[in-house]
Amino acid sequence: MTCEKPLDPHSEITLRVNGNPHTLLVDHRRVLLDLLREDLGLTGSKKGCDHGQCGACTVLVDGRRVNGCLLLAVTLDGSEVTTIEGLGGDGEEPHPLQRAFLERDAFQCGYCTPGQICSAVGMIAEAAAGHPSHVTDPAEPSGRPVPLDGAEIRERLSGNLCRCGAYPRIVEAVEEVTG
Amino acid sequence: MANDPLEHGGPLPGTGLPHDDPVAATGPARDDPRAGTALPHEDLVTRAASAAPGESGEGRRPRTGALEQDPHPAPRTGTALGAPAVRREGREKVTGNARYAAEYPVPGRVHAWPVPAAVARGRVTGVDTSAALALPGVLAVLTPGDAPRLGGTDDATLAVLQNRHVPHRGWCVALAVAETLEAARAAARAVRVDYATEHHDVVLRPDHPDAYEPGKGAQPGRLEHGDPYGAYAAADVRLDTEYRVPPLHNHPMEPHASTAHWDGDRLTVYTSSQGSTTVQSVLAGLFDLPEEHVTVVAEHVGGGFGSKGTPRPDVVLAAMAARHTGRPVTVAYPRRYMPTAVGHRAPTLHRLRLGATTDGHLTAVLHEVTTHTSHVRKYVEHAAVPSRVMYTAPHLLSSHRVVPLDVPSPSWMRAPGEAPGMYALESAVDELAGALGVDPIELRIRNEPEREPGSGKPFSSRHLAECLRESARRFGWDRRDPRPRSRTEGPLLIGTGVAAATYPVLIRPSTATAQALPDGTFLIRVNAADIGTGARTVLAQVAADALGAPLDRVRTEVGRSDLPPASLAGDSSGTASWGWAVHEACAALTARLAEHPGPLPAEGLLVRSDTAGRADADSPYARHAFGAHFAEVAVDTVTGEVRARRMLGVYAAGRILNARTARSQFVGGMIMGLGMALTEGSTMDAPFGDFTEADLASYHVPAHADVPGIEADWIEEDDPHLNPMGSKGIGEIGIVGTAAALGNAVHHATGIRFRTLPLTPDRILTGLLPQR
Repeated sequence: MTCEKPLDPHSEITLRVNGNPHTLLVDHRRVLLDLLREDLGLTGSKKGCDHGQCGACTVLVDGRRVNGCLLLAVTLDGSEVTTIEGLGGDGEEPHPLQRAFLERDAFQCGYCTPGQICSAVGMIAEAAAGHPSHVTDPAEPSGRPVPLDGAEIRERLSGNLCRCGAYPRIVEAVEEVTG
Repeated sequence: MANDPLEHGGPLPGTGLPHDDPVAATGPARDDPRAGTALPHEDLVTRAASAAPGESGEGRRPRTGALEQDPHPAPRTGTALGAPAVRREGREKVTGNARYAAEYPVPGRVHAWPVPAAVARGRVTGVDTSAALALPGVLAVLTPGDAPRLGGTDDATLAVLQNRHVPHRGWCVALAVAETLEAARAAARAVRVDYATEHHDVVLRPDHPDAYEPGKGAQPGRLEHGDPYGAYAAADVRLDTEYRVPPLHNHPMEPHASTAHWDGDRLTVYTSSQGSTTVQSVLAGLFDLPEEHVTVVAEHVGGGFGSKGTPRPDVVLAAMAARHTGRPVTVAYPRRYMPTAVGHRAPTLHRLRLGATTDGHLTAVLHEVTTHTSHVRKYVEHAAVPSRVMYTAPHLLSSHRVVPLDVPSPSWMRAPGEAPGMYALESAVDELAGALGVDPIELRIRNEPEREPGSGKPFSSRHLAECLRESARRFGWDRRDPRPRSRTEGPLLIGTGVAAATYPVLIRPSTATAQALPDGTFLIRVNAADIGTGARTVLAQVAADALGAPLDRVRTEVGRSDLPPASLAGDSSGTASWGWAVHEACAALTARLAEHPGPLPAEGLLVRSDTAGRADADSPYARHAFGAHFAEVAVDTVTGEVRARRMLGVYAAGRILNARTARSQFVGGMIMGLGMALTEGSTMDAPFGDFTEADLASYHVPAHADVPGIEADWIEEDDPHLNPMGSKGIGEIGIVGTAAALGNAVHHATGIRFRTLPLTPDRILTGLLPQR
């Protein structure tokens, strides 16, 4: 048997984004970030570097934070994706982190902000599940929820760059929600 | 929920903003700057108590008893100006609904991907597009041979795909256009470009034979007073030292991006720009269109820091590709391509010579800077300029030499000139203080000038000494042991340092309209750019004060070229320039309304202002903001890592118009200065002619974990010689001097003077080695 034509570089996947199911024929090269921005019009997830270096594209896949620019969409069949647009849930009520960012002026240009907020949501869950970080006291028993002080928050959010330098206010906003 | 910013943060009329007292402005709206009506230095009010970080954002600053003597009382807090109003676009930004340039859903929009030159100098001898065009979804490949011809421009970096010359590596030599991002990227990679390479030279050195002294541009290239060489040679105490600042990259979080579409001979672009009025006029020239046929939208801009001050190639390429293909096209620069395409801070080599008397009075200041520019567009990083502003120096030399190289074109980066220049000058002053055995704060205060050394003009206001003293008090400077290497914590060496900051007051002409509507609200239109500064918000505050109206009755529209033309968000000039025009329009509208009997017509009343000829008029005063930076560092003698532990900045920058957003700008500038000091540095690779640190993995901008507790605050300064709001620019001064404060702290910690930035572990360990 000979292969007459090149393998079709597209596959159909179904995933839920912010609670809504989507079935799409995706280019195998398409990353989750471009699927969100180009196919679904969810441009709240930002493209800062496209190489997993800045965190602006951070979203939640099955509850865990990921860089949307590093995940091939075709690998996400059956996944549950939450973006900045879906953080508030069904209603109009914003997520407490969104509210805290606004109240604390935890952004300037706003381009890294959705990634910071999504990353903070994922980070809070990781700490609650007992994941240690580089700055967690090694003497602490593993598996217990890690209290999030300023050093823990800074360490755990260091994958999310902010060139405007809103970091101190971002940490305050996260502390307000976790504290 | 009156205090819910998310409920009420929107830009619609009638929405309330929290934390604003919706009280009509007291006192008359201010008129033009009251030049000549007050002596400088007389209106200073220092805030007595420092606010805790959590409270400080509220920005209510009680003024002290000196208020009674203030002959020009500013409107009290409680009016809109100065209040910590929440960003009007904030809700859109935190919910992901703010649209940036690449995010407009233009029907039929396709993507383009640039092909950067793979040689540092030469000619394109052939472009083979056949493989690229054979790929699925590819629409076109624009090449120097077939791209649309462009009209005139003063900026040669925009003349892309117009000829086969390659002036530097990364220069755009082709552009692939395709239905999808993936196809465009693959097509760009499949384009085969052949070059005839020529010898290139990208190495900056002070003795380069092509170095020349620039003439008078924005600044004279050379300024010499008295006999600097003779005075230096005769000085009791002499310091002769050199500093190096590497190339630096702006790297705003939003890469340069533009979406263009044509409707007949009308062009609309969505672009990431610090000034869309300029983008409009440049595009009109390049595409031979009347300006009114070009609409430029820059509603939200993901940072710029100078790199979006004028149009960059993305907007030209998008418009060319859209015309060529007949489809709307987005060009979003890949992060890695930005350092060669959008400008960088040129490297600066500094030689500083300071001559002083034994009691610490400067007799000679010689600051000589060598920097590079490209062969495409001349640019001078005026890093010797701060020596014309800062200290008394009867004998002064401040000069630049520029070497044209086969490098990408440098351009503005936050505080161009001042940031690297003050690193060098403030490091040298610290070295001199050490040589004299004088406290570095005292040395600076001893050399406070009566008039600006460079121009001889009196200062409109200068409160550097007050900034230094106030921040020293809050930082606990009096508890410092001045001896280097006097404080250790295990393997850590702890040190503290101080440096001054300065940034000029720049104001450009702008226009604005103010409209009173029958429903009692007001609409302010001005083509300001909000690049993260909070322009919408602060301009509403300016308008509310001038109108005597509650802030929630004022709506502002910015970020579109079909609004009244205005200057760029750059030079720390935006708020002063736009605000002046807004203030004038509102003051005139207030007068019109007072004469208008009965209800307003359906279209309301509209007044237009234009500050040309006044905003840009020469001032008899030297006008600058000043500040003081303090830093504490820990230097790890095992790893060589320098970590900032705490930083404090205190500024005297005229009237602060929005306490919340101003603080964010100051702190943001300090953090960029932290990066400049410790982690940010690019290298021009000699064999390849390319920046080796081109992406965010190799070029380390500060991350959360790098940033310690940082406080920024200000002393109230009433300067009548500025603009109707009494404000100085605040967007850049935060980065000025920060690297010197950190470097001086590293010296205090280690006893070693490092004179090349950034202070990375390799340099620190090398310096520490002889001491081991």
